[in-house]
Amino acid sequence: MSYLIGENMTGGYGAADILHGCNIVAERGEIAVIVGPNGAGKSTAMKAIFGMLNIHTGSIILDGEDITSLSPQARVAKGMAFVPQTANVFPSMSVEENLEMGAFLRRDDISKTMDEVFDLFPILKDKRSQNAGELSGGQRQQVAVGRALMTQPKVLMLDEPTAGVSPIVMDELFDNIIEVGKTGITILMVEQNARQALNIADKGYVMVQGRNKFTDTGEVLLNNPEVRKSFLGG
Amino acid sequence: MEDLLNAFLLMSNFVFVPAIAYGSQLALGAVGVTLVYGILRFSNFAHGDIMAFGTMVVILFTWLFQSYGINLGPLPTALVALPFGILATAIFLLGSDKFVYKFYREKKAVPVTYLIASVGIMFVLNGIVRFIIGPDDQRFADGERFIIKAKTMKQYLGTAEGVSIKVSQGLTVVTAVIVVVALFWFLNKTRTGKSMRAFSDNEDLALLSGISPDKVVSVTWILVAILATIAGTLYGLDKSFKPFTYFMLLLPIFASAIVGGLGNPLGAIAGGFVIAFSEIMITYPYKKFVAYIVPGDWKPEGLVQLLATDYKFAVSFIILVLVLLFKPTGIFAGKSV
Repeated sequence: MSYLIGENMTGGYGAADILHGCNIVAERGEIAVIVGPNGAGKSTAMKAIFGMLNIHTGSIILDGEDITSLSPQARVAKGMAFVPQTANVFPSMSVEENLEMGAFLRRDDISKTMDEVFDLFPILKDKRSQNAGELSGGQRQQVAVGRALMTQPKVLMLDEPTAGVSPIVMDELFDNIIEVGKTGITILMVEQNARQALNIADKGYVMVQGRNKFTDTGEVLLNNPEVRKSFLGG
Repeated sequence: MEDLLNAFLLMSNFVFVPAIAYGSQLALGAVGVTLVYGILRFSNFAHGDIMAFGTMVVILFTWLFQSYGINLGPLPTALVALPFGILATAIFLLGSDKFVYKFYREKKAVPVTYLIASVGIMFVLNGIVRFIIGPDDQRFADGERFIIKAKTMKQYLGTAEGVSIKVSQGLTVVTAVIVVVALFWFLNKTRTGKSMRAFSDNEDLALLSGISPDKVVSVTWILVAILATIAGTLYGLDKSFKPFTYFMLLLPIFASAIVGGLGNPLGAIAGGFVIAFSEIMITYPYKKFVAYIVPGDWKPEGLVQLLATDYKFAVSFIILVLVLLFKPTGIFAGKSV
C-alpha cells in the first residue's frame, strides 16, 4: 500500500468546496509535486492532507492508518512535518532556538539531529546565534525547513518553498530537497516553479480547479505537450 | 565645591533614590503587563487591582504573623507572608482565566474583547479588596526603617544635606534585580520559557511545533501573579497600601510598558525607570538645588517647579500620548498597540 494517500478529498474553507475528489499519493521515500495555475487548490490540497482544512468527503491514510480525524498537532506526532509558505520561522529567536522549538515534542537528545541539519544547511551553522528574522529570504527558508526536520519526520510537506527566492538560492533549495529525499523521507511539495519542481519529482500532480488534471512521473509530465502548453510555456 | 556636593546629595535624597525605588516597582508591574500583552495578546487593565489583591493577602498574613510574634529582625515580616500572597493571586488568576478568558479564546474573540473582560475583572477585584480590607490606608511595614539616615550622613560628611535610604527602598532594588534575573533566566534558558517566547512570536507555528497553548497560558498567569504581588508588596512597604492608589498605578505602569515596547520585558524595565525619573524630576521643586549651584544673587524666588506634585500622573499620561503619537512601538520596538 502506498505510504501517504489523500483519497477523494472534497471540501473547502467555508460553504463552497475548493477540492473536488482530489487524489494525491506518495510512496515512501518519493518526491511528489503538486503544480497548477493560481487558485487551482494546490495549497488547499496539502493543507487538507495536514489537517488544517476539514474535508467532508474522503480520507487521509498514513502508513496504512486513517488519520482523517486527527488535528494537525496530532499528525505532527505521527511523523508529519509542515513548512508553511509565510511566517514559517520564529523571527525574534535565534536559528538554534528555532531548531530547538522544531524538536519541542522530542524528549531525547536532539544534538545529533541538529548536527544533521547543520550539515545539510552549512550556512545556518555559521549563523546559529543570529535571530531568524534578520536572515535573508533564502536563509529563512532553510531555517523553516530545518525546523521541520528536527522532529525526524517521515513525511515532509513544503508549501511553495521557493516563493520569493532568487534563482541561485532556488537551485540550492531544490538540491537540498533532493538531499533530504535521499535520507528516505517522503516529500510532498506544492510549487509555482512547475518546470524545476517537475524536474526533481518522482510523481507529479497537475491540478486545475480543485481536480486532478494530469498525474504521472515528473519526466513524462515535462514532456507532455498539453502540460507544456498550459503551464510550462511551451 | 561643598555647595556642589550638597546639591548632589540633595538630588540623591529627593530624586535619585526615590526614583530608583519607584522605577523598580513600576518595572516589575510593567513586566507583568508586557508579558500578558506579548503572550496572551491583550492589555490587562486589571493589573493594578491584581497588585492590590496580592498585596492585600500579604498584609493579612503579615498581621497574622505579627500577632504570632514572628518577625524577621531588621527586615519586614511581609517577606514571610509573600509566598502566601503569590499563591492566592495565582489561584485567582488561573480561576479568572478558566471562567472568563478561556470562554473568549474558544470563540477566537478579538483582543479588545479581552480588554473589556479585564476591565470587568478589575471591578470585581476592586470590590473584593475593599470588601475584605476596606478602602483606607494600611501600614504593614515593620523592622528597621532606615539603612542610612540623612542625619547620620550629614554628621559623617559634615555637609548641610544628607541622603537617607530606607530599608524598603534597598529591599525594592535588591528584590527587583533578583526577580528580573530569574525571569530572564527562565525565558531564555528553560524549555518552557523558550516555548512561551515562541508562542508570543508566532502563535500558529508554535502550535504546529506541538507547544501546548494551555500550559503557556497557565505559566503566564503564574508569572503575572508573582510579579504583581511582589511589585505591590514592595510599593506598599515603601509608601503605603490603599486600594485606590493601586488602581491609579495602572497609568504609569502601562506608560512604562508602552514606552519600553509592548511585549518586550527588557523594555518594560527601561520604561519603568524612564517614567519614574520623569515623574519625579518634572515635579520636583528645584529651588534649593538651584540655590546651591548658582552664585548668591541669582537665588530663585519661586519654587522652580515645572509641575505641582499633584500632576505626577499627568507626566506619565503626556509621555504615553507622545510615545503613541511618535513611536508607538516604543524604545525597544515591541509590538505596536
